[in-house]
Amino acid sequence: MPKVTIDGISIEVPDGTTILQAARMIGERDKADRHVVPPAMCYYTSLKTSGGYCRTCIVKVTKGSDKDPRPMPKPVASCRTAVMDGMEVANTTDPTLIDARNGVVEMLLINHPLDCPICDQAGECHLQDLSYENGKAASRYEFERRTFDPIDIGDTIKLHMTRCILCYRCVKVAEQLTDGRVHGVINRGDVAEISTYISQAIENDFSGNMIDVCPVGALTDKTFRFASRVWFTKPVDAHRNCENPKCSGNVVLWLKGNEVLRVTGRKDQWGEVESFICNTCRFDKKDVHAWTVEGPRKIDRHSVISQGHYQLKREQPLLASPAPNVPELAKRKELKDR
Amino acid sequence: MSARTRPITTTEGTKPFAFSETALAECRELIARYPEGRSKSALIPILHIAQAENDGWLSVNAMDAVAHLMGLRHIEVYEVASFYSMFNLHPVGTYVLDVCRTTPCMLRGSDELIHHLEKKLGIHAGETTKDGMFTLKAVECLGSCGSGPMLQCGAGYHEDLTIEKVDALIEELRARNQRTNYTDR
Amino acid sequence: MARKLLFEHIDKPGIRGLEGYRANGGYRSVEKALRTMSPDAVLEEVKKSGLRGRGGAGFPTGMKWSFLAKPEGVPRYLVVNADESEPGTFKDRYLMERIPHILVEGMITSSFALGAKTSYVYVRGEYFYVARILEQAIAEARAAGWLGKNILGSGFDHDIHVQVGAGAYICGEETALLESLEGKRGNPRIKPPFPAVKGLYDCPTVVNNVETIAAVVPIVNDGGEEYAKIGIGKSTGTKLISAGGNIKRPGVYEIDLGITCDEFINSDEYCGGVDGRAFKAVVPGGSSVPIVPYELFLKTPTGENRLMTYESLSEGGFAQGTMMGSGGFYAYNDAQCIVRSTWNHARFYHHESCGQCSPCREGTGWLDKVLERLEHGEGRMEDIDLLWDIQRKIEGNTICPLGDAAAWPVASAIRHFRDEFEYHVTHREKVKDPKHFAREPFRKSAKFATA
Repeated sequence: MPKVTIDGISIEVPDGTTILQAARMIGERDKADRHVVPPAMCYYTSLKTSGGYCRTCIVKVTKGSDKDPRPMPKPVASCRTAVMDGMEVANTTDPTLIDARNGVVEMLLINHPLDCPICDQAGECHLQDLSYENGKAASRYEFERRTFDPIDIGDTIKLHMTRCILCYRCVKVAEQLTDGRVHGVINRGDVAEISTYISQAIENDFSGNMIDVCPVGALTDKTFRFASRVWFTKPVDAHRNCENPKCSGNVVLWLKGNEVLRVTGRKDQWGEVESFICNTCRFDKKDVHAWTVEGPRKIDRHSVISQGHYQLKREQPLLASPAPNVPELAKRKELKDR
Repeated sequence: MSARTRPITTTEGTKPFAFSETALAECRELIARYPEGRSKSALIPILHIAQAENDGWLSVNAMDAVAHLMGLRHIEVYEVASFYSMFNLHPVGTYVLDVCRTTPCMLRGSDELIHHLEKKLGIHAGETTKDGMFTLKAVECLGSCGSGPMLQCGAGYHEDLTIEKVDALIEELRARNQRTNYTDR
Repeated sequence: MARKLLFEHIDKPGIRGLEGYRANGGYRSVEKALRTMSPDAVLEEVKKSGLRGRGGAGFPTGMKWSFLAKPEGVPRYLVVNADESEPGTFKDRYLMERIPHILVEGMITSSFALGAKTSYVYVRGEYFYVARILEQAIAEARAAGWLGKNILGSGFDHDIHVQVGAGAYICGEETALLESLEGKRGNPRIKPPFPAVKGLYDCPTVVNNVETIAAVVPIVNDGGEEYAKIGIGKSTGTKLISAGGNIKRPGVYEIDLGITCDEFINSDEYCGGVDGRAFKAVVPGGSSVPIVPYELFLKTPTGENRLMTYESLSEGGFAQGTMMGSGGFYAYNDAQCIVRSTWNHARFYHHESCGQCSPCREGTGWLDKVLERLEHGEGRMEDIDLLWDIQRKIEGNTICPLGDAAAWPVASAIRHFRDEFEYHVTHREKVKDPKHFAREPFRKSAKFATA
């Protein structure tokens, strides 16, 4: 079993394990070590060929292996790079890597609308988390942002392409979970978009999982649209005997009183759905009596819904000083960054 | 992408599409070049043929016919067609003038050439003349850097262009009034 | 007059056809390899020749071939990269158009060495007419028995197919090319696995540039050692350089690696000197390589004559050197504006980014917009540092080298011509005329004068 050391913490992992998975194993072994886990916006364990695109999970390999100790010349995508015995990796301990990752985050944000106040994903958005943890206070981007009109892709899913970061997860869900992908990525470069090209609905039993895997608010549940901010809802674990053999029936109900505002899959501590659910469970069973409620859902990580998470890790005196106005703040931050 | 070049993503108002017999034979020959189960490899060459048979652009009808012929999902065809810059996703003129604008051509005067053509044809790059004769496209490097400025029209390269030469070319094309395609022999 | 290996017969009448090609010694390498050599012996000659990939990366071809996995019962492929799209580069077009059989011959001989029964040549879509020329040559070769079953009674079967692209620079990246060849969008694959292990249709594949494969012909004919006698150090043999920009004699030249840069740019045998008042800058290897001031192109930082070799061109590293790249050479006279050219480069990469990974998708557009602003006299001093920082955040952080290729021209332009960028902020009105340096060249301030 190869041994890998990430930010000075070692673990032995099975052959073929990626750096990201190894880091998650360290994080699962001891919560205090979770800082070694790189953020991941496009990788999704259960979706084959996912990962490698967003570049947020880049890490620096400071030692290739015991056999070949040379460092790797460029940062590598930890989600797509297998560990070698004796490999040493820097995730939070290398300033050049932190700088590079900040750069990736900035790129992801320059064309993002930052419309969190009206976005249903706010509070459970991975891009929010990412920018809190790795982003800058102000944007240096001054040009018009790329925009698209929001569209309905069927009765239950809304596509806000403007918010999309092109992680390809929804395409892989459609490819791997459903029979008959009708949407994909069209055009190229910075005008590439998730689309069905011709106007049509994405309709099949598992299409709702695209909402769960979307790291941002690009694909949202129309049945939950503007119903409530997620942090005002009460999540409970529930299950039902679903007729669909591919559906586990294990869900989270997001309640307001006894009203089921929405139904989602259960996500693990890395924000990934543990088992995919069918559209009947997700969209049609909005009566709490249709479910066996197991108890409150413990949200382990993940944004303001876990509350109090945003104690900033690194000292940022800038934000602590008595409220300067925004342009001044940006200017000072810029000076500091230099 | 500006509004004027937005793809036509509906079948409304576009004509039906069917491959000609000769084109079908050519498509089958293309598919046969690839190993069994790998016929998708022929998609790009077949899209070229479809474009040539559909007045120089790929309508939804044309792409759906390609999908049907090759046994592909429609979205697989749309994804590919929209990736490559030689596929036009909106109607174009009888002649598509692809003028190279990339650095080596710029050093030899492509900016002036494009500007001249815009003025002469009364359109911006990316647009089609009202009479449907010319579509002007400013494109990236065509691999003719030693003989710039240049333009491609159909399969032909027109190189070492001057204002006089390009004026003569426009007149010649206008008089001939016959569509050119990349696939022309 | 230097020796010509690829272009020796290029002006002979009828050389485009099989008969004319054969009359000038064509297909000898196939005869020699299939009748008298083992595949490994051919590989050995290629290794001995020191041939390096002519597409831009300059990776040793023999080594690339030796990495090819050879599992039982799995087909192997040779794929020739004729997606020549690097701005400044038009050598492969010239070669394929004039003497297509040398590529066909090289593909047969190389495939024999690699054990590939099928090979593909992926020609960029814009070169449709070149693809037709190749198809014609392949048909002739097939009819004459150079392709097909049991070639020359050797038991070796081979066939070649031509595939056209449809307008995408990124398909020159080998894994994007393979995706495109499989009928998909040209999104580069994440490596590893490398094509040598999992390439076309998940089978072991070698992807080589047109010129590289053509060079196998003289290497097999004359022996690798003979080939390696030309050139200096690890830059062996001849190289096709396509020359353009503000020179007197644009065209494609076959040079012996190792001639001086001065000879190449100024002698009448090659570029013939400046078309205009004076040279200002040179991009010697295609738009992706660093741009260098003319003086730094002629002399290395230590004051020695710079040579047309992989090593000499990159001497001085990124700060003071450049690269051989694909041999897409173009020179600037002093009427040209470096900011305008840098914007033009940036616009190219913005247009050609596949959009798959975020730093390139977003960063190339950002570079384009900031440079456009500067060039039009609407920029600020801070924009120069901003550009520097954006390119730094793209470089090295992307899936494929397009990100680096977009970053380097910007970085090198700022490094060597920063005062010209500053001029665009201090002389806003003046630069609004697109030909702002046409009448009077930009004068370098003393602090930026190249030593």
